[in-house]
Amino acid sequence: MPQSGAEPRWPHETATLSMSQARDWPLYEVFIRARGGLDHKHVGSVHAADARMAIEHARDLYTRRQEGVSIWVARSTDILASDPAESAALFDPARDKIYRHPTFYDIPKEVETL
Amino acid sequence: MYTQGLIEPGARPAGPEAVPEDAERLQRFEQRIDAEEKIEPKDWMPEAYRQTLIRQISQHAHSEIVGMLPEGNWITRAPTLLRKSILIAKVQDEAGHGAYLYGAAETLGVARAELIEQLLSGAAKYSSIFNYPTLSWADIGAIGWLVDGAAIMNQIPLCRCSYGPYARAMIRICREESFHQRQGYDITLALARGTPAQRRMAQDALNRWWWPSLMMFGPPDAASMHTALSVRWKIKRFTNDELRQKFVDFTVPQARFLDLQVPDPDLRWDAQAGCHHFGEIDWREFQDVLKGNGPCNRERMLARRTAHEAGGWVREAALAHAAKRRRTPVAA
Repeated sequence: MPQSGAEPRWPHETATLSMSQARDWPLYEVFIRARGGLDHKHVGSVHAADARMAIEHARDLYTRRQEGVSIWVARSTDILASDPAESAALFDPARDKIYRHPTFYDIPKEVETL
Repeated sequence: MYTQGLIEPGARPAGPEAVPEDAERLQRFEQRIDAEEKIEPKDWMPEAYRQTLIRQISQHAHSEIVGMLPEGNWITRAPTLLRKSILIAKVQDEAGHGAYLYGAAETLGVARAELIEQLLSGAAKYSSIFNYPTLSWADIGAIGWLVDGAAIMNQIPLCRCSYGPYARAMIRICREESFHQRQGYDITLALARGTPAQRRMAQDALNRWWWPSLMMFGPPDAASMHTALSVRWKIKRFTNDELRQKFVDFTVPQARFLDLQVPDPDLRWDAQAGCHHFGEIDWREFQDVLKGNGPCNRERMLARRTAHEAGGWVREAALAHAAKRRRTPVAA
């Protein structure tokens, strides 16, 4: 996996984490492409010492019955998620812009292929 | 599913009235639950909801992990290579189920290592069913048919649990669990159609696993103190007794097809009620096994602790190797 910027901090090297976290491998989120042509979709997570091992674990855990043809993994701590408390501010502005949908426009029946 | 009835009396979660949290947020939370919306990890939730889920999901995960032991016992002695391959695949699935569930629990803000620690120290419980021994090959059939059958009965409603990550893990688990039950029935069917000695084995396994399987649904509703809140918050959709009854009604005809006797002299079809009437469950035995006095409690915990300790160097070595690789720039 390409890595840029600051060296990631590993739980076992991070003094501020609790003892129990310090004993576990880092957490990776797993994304799987079920078939060629589809998007990768989040399926869950695995613990692994590094990204390569995370792919191996994801393969054992999430593709035992041919559920995938490609795997992405990303450190869980590297994923920034939107805050549900801010979802109104983020998503409500789209609510009243119905003119963004093709069904907003009444086109006379006589006009074809539009 | 292996969690019902395992919650210790002392660990009773506080009801919503006891939670000193924002009443308005609680109301909004309950409105979402009532509207069948899913609660996701970053959403606000009452502390009692979070704690109930952590306890239930982690007990479920522990049960999957300990559940590998009684079946793993027969991998080297499976009667054919095909049966051996199937059993390996099944035990591997149980490990996977444990991993899905630990993952779901972690979304609630608890570390997996902490949960495993609770299992190994004996602080956390797992299903009583895995404290019974697997004495013959027929037990592998009975476990798949009855134990996984009871699990499915419990797990299908959990696919609609209000907590998103748990519901999604359960959907995946249920898909795989059906294979477990069918391969178990297949083993039992082969024995039931076999020699008289094989039939006796199948009957003996049914005799020993029937009652513990009924206990898997947890204490009777009258004695179950968690049902009300869990049902209100849609963690749980049916009560212990409802699910147990359904299991009996499904399973009795399956036993009849095998021409095996369910070991319950009081079992009869109640035409008026439209369901089977069955005998009294020995709840003292259930409590005793939960307290740690089942036939295999000590053996199971010793096996888990030994495996965990023996694997310690692998976990450390993998971290050391990963650290070394990060120091040495390579094309990854």
